[in-house]
Amino acid sequence: MGYESTGLSRREALSTAGALVIGLSLPFGGARAQGAPQAGPVDPNAFIRIGADDSVTVICKHIEMGQGPYTGLATLVAEELDADWAQVRAESAPADAKIYANFNFGVIQGTGGSSAMANSYDQLRHAGAAARAMLVLAAAQSWGVQPATLSVEKGVIRHAPSGREARFGQFAAAAGRLPVPPKVTLKDPASFRLIGQDRKVSRLDSVAKSNGSARFTIDMAAPGMLTVVVARPPCFGAKLASFDAAEALKVKGVVAVKPLSSGVAVYADGMWPALKGRGKLVARWDESAAERRGSEEMVEAWRGLAGTAGTVVNSHGDVDAALGQGDLVEAEYIFPYLAHAPMEPLDGYIEWDGKRANARFGSQIQTLDQATIAKVLGIAPQAVSIETLLAGGSFGRRAQGNAHLASELAEAAKAIGPGRPVKLVWTREDDIMGGHYRPLFVHRLRGSVKDGAIAGWSNTIVGQSFIKGSPFEAMMKDGIDPTMSEGASEIFYRTGAFRCDVHIAQSPVTTLWWRSVGHTHTGYAVECFIDQLLEKAGQDPVAGRLALMDNSRAAGVLKAVAELAGWNGPGPVNGRARGVAVVESFRSFVAQIAEVSKGADGLPKVHKIWCAVDVGVAINPDVVRAQVEGGIGFGLGHALFAEVPLEAGIPAVANFDKYRSLRIHEMPEVEVVIVKSSEAPTGIGEPGLPPTAPAVANAMARLGLGRPSRLPFVRVA
Amino acid sequence: MPYSITVNGAVREVDVDPDTPLLWVIRDNLGLTGTKFGCGVAQCGACTVHVDGQPRRSCALPVSRLGNRQVTTIEGADGPEAKAVQAAWAARDVPQCGYCQSGQVMSAIALLREVKKPDDKAIDLAMNGNICRCATYVRIRAAIHDAAKALEA
Ligand code: FES
Ligand code: FES
Repeated sequence: MGYESTGLSRREALSTAGALVIGLSLPFGGARAQGAPQAGPVDPNAFIRIGADDSVTVICKHIEMGQGPYTGLATLVAEELDADWAQVRAESAPADAKIYANFNFGVIQGTGGSSAMANSYDQLRHAGAAARAMLVLAAAQSWGVQPATLSVEKGVIRHAPSGREARFGQFAAAAGRLPVPPKVTLKDPASFRLIGQDRKVSRLDSVAKSNGSARFTIDMAAPGMLTVVVARPPCFGAKLASFDAAEALKVKGVVAVKPLSSGVAVYADGMWPALKGRGKLVARWDESAAERRGSEEMVEAWRGLAGTAGTVVNSHGDVDAALGQGDLVEAEYIFPYLAHAPMEPLDGYIEWDGKRANARFGSQIQTLDQATIAKVLGIAPQAVSIETLLAGGSFGRRAQGNAHLASELAEAAKAIGPGRPVKLVWTREDDIMGGHYRPLFVHRLRGSVKDGAIAGWSNTIVGQSFIKGSPFEAMMKDGIDPTMSEGASEIFYRTGAFRCDVHIAQSPVTTLWWRSVGHTHTGYAVECFIDQLLEKAGQDPVAGRLALMDNSRAAGVLKAVAELAGWNGPGPVNGRARGVAVVESFRSFVAQIAEVSKGADGLPKVHKIWCAVDVGVAINPDVVRAQVEGGIGFGLGHALFAEVPLEAGIPAVANFDKYRSLRIHEMPEVEVVIVKSSEAPTGIGEPGLPPTAPAVANAMARLGLGRPSRLPFVRVA
Repeated sequence: MPYSITVNGAVREVDVDPDTPLLWVIRDNLGLTGTKFGCGVAQCGACTVHVDGQPRRSCALPVSRLGNRQVTTIEGADGPEAKAVQAAWAARDVPQCGYCQSGQVMSAIALLREVKKPDDKAIDLAMNGNICRCATYVRIRAAIHDAAKALEA
């Protein structure tokens, strides 16, 4: 088993004779992307390639950035194909939205919203089943027997009556000449051998990622390649006024310095001369339109807005009247700008000969990146190929509506001229100071408790919209950006009268979705506030939630996590308190219980997190578990430590020394239970994250530390 | 400046500025790309290599200060500890994005050479210079215990 991360091997392999390449037609009807795939040995519209060497290569339309789609998508194919997992490989699909669209996005190829498995579940199972049927037919014809008398198991086709058997490779070529069956029967889930089975498959990329051989964008090299770093404006909304490259050009190894629309590019033979050259560059910026507020001023401005009525997203009942009755409870939650800081900073590699371009990088929305590169270089999108490489994390950072990385990469190639391969690399400082942050948000909540019950709930949300003015603006309705209030505009709990309203705040600071998007803040606000109201009403955090809930899947995970943790109230017991939270995001349900004590340093110490998830059919339970562990660690690290504060508009943190990341000694123990479900699969790349911070905060409240109203919990003032 | 350095047992000649960090010499001049760049300021551990057997952040080590010490990168990692660590990593499916893992593996190998049966505290101490943004820490810890056990056998 293994994977191949570049399209080169794919091209080579496609030209190999004897390969079965199956293109899947998309018989799923109207709303979905229209493909025009056909079977044939050189048809690029392919999801599966079976080699004469018995290898089964699954062409993955979703980028592998750690969340496991190479393994997950391959599992779907291998299941229906009855392939031998040891022969299964995965590689990235080329950029071609007609074939590889994400059904959630329309005719756009891309990965996001934890949608990879959900939107491939039918598609790849059909592809696998069709390939199996074609192999069986080819074998049956060759052996002169009825297809129905053949069986397939672990990559071996067998005719029991005659004792004949063959591996896939033997019939790959013959199967490739057969028509794709118009209709195939999928397996009954009860007979799955791989899907949903724990540890039946191992990740396809583990070995290469443990021995240094996995190739990422930053590892690309070619004869004559130049490494490019870009000096960008120090604050948001500033533009290049002028620059002086004289000193930079004196640095040994620096080859050229060119202005781009994003800043000034320094081209060199290698990263170190590029960095040294950039250090010597003198650039002057026009800051007349720049953001010069600090984040404290922005917080005050957002808070001011939160005190006024916003655009109502959802309401029922007379909230103002309800808030006038019983005991009024108020809370305010303030969320900072956050950088994604994927372990591999943004980078890209491109070759351009004046007519065609080939870009190799961790492209997360291939269709937008392809169109952008084409536009910058003045060529047709079909003249731009994209080889999607393994990405060293993303957390949303590589899914760019404005395709700014692809644009900068193409501009860098254009400025130096055709025939010069370039590799663009962002440093960690470029990354953390470079914006595209999870927006700064303020939530103002008011609720009333009357006779032990919640009588009213009002939530006003203020923040920037990264959807407005982006290619995704069609998501907005009536001026409302749904990503700002998802998770807050509809909640699980019967709260009497209800209102959720939003204000879109304005700033030139660039913002972007960040692992779990709106749920990064709404999950915290809603789950902390319900806890606070239940506490006021004298209810148990688990029983109180369940009593207010109609959603059976949410209740299911809440009960499951309470059982897993042996919930017996929030405590504290022996100095340890427990907090709970339950969040639905991207149609997955996740509940967590955190056990927390006050550390010697006065800071919260998180000992353990129990977690129950309902993701429908869990295709690879161990990948689900890994994503939950990772989501918890990512969520906890940011809740505890992370903030990009602006001072006079300039980010005051630049690297991991001040933008603190969770480290191994701060990682709690994690125990996960996956609730059995036969619902269609939903994602888990993001949903593990939202419940963590509120579960910890709710435990902190029981320790007398309060639910932090401002994140991160540990602020360096 | 010409330098002659020993990497993975082979003597290599490079001509670079004296302040060039070992990281960029390894990656750009020698083409050994398993060692990764994550921060450039000795904060993340993605660039961890062994210098005379000790784990070092290659981004913070100028080539001029290397002298004739022996450098081992992930490509040259070998021996029972290296094999045990890499096998445990694969068996546990530790990596997610994988970008930090060369550094994690190099730190773990160095730990197991030093401490045969590390407890959680020793693991914390040896590994807390290696950030994993994917937060694979639960599995890193478990895999180190697995590797220690395998070495014992
Ligand atoms: S790159 Fe050297 S420690 Fe981060
Ligand atoms: S596996 Fe992604 S940073 Fe560690």
